[in-house]
Amino acid sequence: MAIDFTLNQQRSSYRGDPSMPLLWYLRDHARLTGTKFGCGIGYCGACTVHIDGEAARSCVTPMSRVAGRAVTTIEGLARGGRLHPVQQAWIDEDVSQCGYCQAGQMMAAVDLLARKPQPSEADLATLTNLCRCGTYPRIRRAIRRAAAQLQGERR
Amino acid sequence: MNALRSAGALSRRDFLSVSMTAAGALMVSLNWPRAAPAQPGGSQSLGAFVRIETDGRIVIGARGCEIGQGVKTSLPMLIAEELDVPWSAVTVEQLPYGLVASHDPAGFTSRYGPQGAGGSTSIPDGWNDLRQAGARVRWLLVQAAAQAWQQPPDQLQTRDAHVLHPDGRRLSYAQLATRAATLSAAPADVSLKPKAGYGIIGQPTRVTDAREIVTGAAAYGIDAVIPGALTAVIARCPYFDGAVAQLDDAQARRVPGVRQVFRIPGPQPGAALDRNLAAGVAVVADDFWSARKGREALRITWTPGPGAQDSSAALERRAAAALATRGKIARQDGDLEAARKAAARVVEAVYVMPLLAHATMEPPNALIDLRSKQALLVASLQSPGGASQMISAMTGIARPDIEIRLPRVGGGFGRRLQNDFVAEAVLVAQAVKAPVKVVWTREDDLQNDFYRPFGLHQLTATLEPQGRVSSWAHRVAATPRKYRAAGMEEESDWIGCADPDGFPAGCVANYLSEFLPVEFSLARGWLRGPLPTFSAFAVQSFVDEVAIAAGADPLALRLELLGAPRELAYRDHGGPKLHTGRLAGVLRRAAQAVGYGRKLSSGHGIGLASHFTHGGYAAHAFEVAVSQAGELEVVRCVCAVDVGQIVNPLGLEAQMMGATIDGLSTALNLQITVKDGRVEQSNFPDYPLLRMAAAPEVEVQRVGSEFPPSGAGEMGMPTVAPALVNAIFAASGQRIRRLPIGDQLKGSRTADARPCARSPPASDT
Repeated sequence: MAIDFTLNQQRSSYRGDPSMPLLWYLRDHARLTGTKFGCGIGYCGACTVHIDGEAARSCVTPMSRVAGRAVTTIEGLARGGRLHPVQQAWIDEDVSQCGYCQAGQMMAAVDLLARKPQPSEADLATLTNLCRCGTYPRIRRAIRRAAAQLQGERR
Repeated sequence: MNALRSAGALSRRDFLSVSMTAAGALMVSLNWPRAAPAQPGGSQSLGAFVRIETDGRIVIGARGCEIGQGVKTSLPMLIAEELDVPWSAVTVEQLPYGLVASHDPAGFTSRYGPQGAGGSTSIPDGWNDLRQAGARVRWLLVQAAAQAWQQPPDQLQTRDAHVLHPDGRRLSYAQLATRAATLSAAPADVSLKPKAGYGIIGQPTRVTDAREIVTGAAAYGIDAVIPGALTAVIARCPYFDGAVAQLDDAQARRVPGVRQVFRIPGPQPGAALDRNLAAGVAVVADDFWSARKGREALRITWTPGPGAQDSSAALERRAAAALATRGKIARQDGDLEAARKAAARVVEAVYVMPLLAHATMEPPNALIDLRSKQALLVASLQSPGGASQMISAMTGIARPDIEIRLPRVGGGFGRRLQNDFVAEAVLVAQAVKAPVKVVWTREDDLQNDFYRPFGLHQLTATLEPQGRVSSWAHRVAATPRKYRAAGMEEESDWIGCADPDGFPAGCVANYLSEFLPVEFSLARGWLRGPLPTFSAFAVQSFVDEVAIAAGADPLALRLELLGAPRELAYRDHGGPKLHTGRLAGVLRRAAQAVGYGRKLSSGHGIGLASHFTHGGYAAHAFEVAVSQAGELEVVRCVCAVDVGQIVNPLGLEAQMMGATIDGLSTALNLQITVKDGRVEQSNFPDYPLLRMAAAPEVEVQRVGSEFPPSGAGEMGMPTVAPALVNAIFAASGQRIRRLPIGDQLKGSRTADARPCARSPPASDT
């Protein structure tokens, strides 16, 4: 049976093993490789995407669970050629070192800012995505910068 | 390699056991800038690194493996500086691994110079040759303008990608490129800009492909695609040097998408580890998920190898037993026996360093196509020269016919100096006769690494009646780097384990560095700042212990030992000289920044450490708070660094920040342990890298100096753990001598612990 869902605002349909994690559909089938494989157990967050607007770890999300839902990946975050303020803040704060975990970090940050538009230190500390390069201080700065930018846009 | 060693000193490249034997890494006799034939009206290549587009865009090639250390930005900056173009006009393109035909005995040489990533060598290696590369292209453009204007070249100047005539006329580089490409090559040494003329070097410069990274467009090795390529996952023997005893693959073959299942040979027990690490069973499928499901359906019985009974506990016992014997003397100055006889006190301590894994965020992977007489490899690498050599040896394909693309790399940390995963890809591709991508899982990665070796460090110092340090002995029991490595028979055993010329060598008259080799079943490798990190924890912790025993201030004792600013001989990687003044400089700066000596709240303490790493100098100062219950809080964290001329301050700060957090993560919680011949850890929950909540702000202090640049990738790592434990001692009176710290502090703080480091020595014989 086909699994129908929305992927970066495009209708998509999948016929195959419903237990296959979304991550591997994205990477091997949809060829959207911005979402990364890190641990395979939903721990490190490198595979973070949005499902119906909320952060989800795609390496432990079976395809059966995306039926009828809207999936957004890092490739779908910028709209109309304009970077999301979180993406722009990541550039402005020069966050990336190896960059491998950063798609997941940004997807988690966008989700955090949707729930906590002015995140406190404690809110930032709830982010559990791993960064092996140790970019956390610049991630914090980038999230604060993006929060200010988003607040300005709402005014 | 032997030729290099007979030259007296270990060179930078000697540090890389794999890539240094690769012809590409050694041959720097480059033929740039020899232009391709002129292409009127089209884009124009000038030398190996520069292409000028008709629209004026300056394309600069990035030769290094970008593993997060920033070389895709910093190396092209060196070229752009001397080319005299604005950075905003530059587009950076990643170069592939480059070999070109030559008259060398091998028949080929390196096209771009050193391309590997290891030992913090990219910047020092590129400092002269890449600036020259830029200067020589600029020279060509000036000659072209001189021809066009019939004007002597020495009357012309360049600025912002234009050649300027004394009368005010200008020609853009784009206008001159075609003519420049017809000129004969520039002389060998074109004069370079004085430092005062720098407009790019020293400017904070953001990661050049940041936009690709933040949009998910940046391609890493694991993202590579070749049409028709299959994906392989390998079940590796969990016992080192073990083998497949029985295989039932019936279920695996029934998994939809699975194409082939077959055995992969492993290394012979005891033989050099120059191919793949383990025997196993490859499952080749249409995609990763099918391959992984197939692997889970395998029924394999393993034959444990000769190390099946081995364990971390047994390793520690062997190392302790080794310390009771006499080892190999790496360096001996003066008369330690006489110093001991005259001593008022003897201070001794043993420090324990755990096995560590690399845990790069991007697991090892390699995509290879061997279908023709040529080969194509796309993989996340640190040693492409080593990969080229290995593929050639395994397939018989000549090295110039092996194309190696260098995508971004999701972290290196030394793991990818080894190309075992490339060997696996070759073995699988040879069997399936199709292009294939081998992908590792996190479990594969943590259990099949070239681990940072375990080690015991025994330090002994003697004090004269007035408290002066009269002797210093550092004995190390660990697994030598030549252990199961090829072609290192003549190398000294202690290389990579003992640091005979490191501080305080040359600062204490009676000095001993001794090494005791301890063999172990697991492969050993290089982890970020390998020897410095391994050594500095013991040395810099012990300086504090000695200071406390002598009733001296730890900072004052360090500065006293370092003495007058001078150069000391340093034969290992990063030498040939160690400058005591630069080491004192970073120490002073860190101490000043953290407010060393100020009055602290109860339960707070400050600790310092400094170290010389691969030609650079770094110091850390931590202020910590330790609660009655043993909860540790990092209050302040300062990292002072002197890497000589700074190329990219933003990149330097990033490396120091990252290495500090890496060092903290490692010191607090990371270790690999072995039981019954198998690695016990399997994924991040039991190899817990630091998360956001525990990552402090890192205050980076850049100490400017006029020296040529060292690299920056590793200097920030070695001093973290000792500065941290010195701070913990100052805060709590508890001396940590075994890493990781783990739960050693829990419930440990005594009620009368004093905030100042004046407690009795921990071991006083």
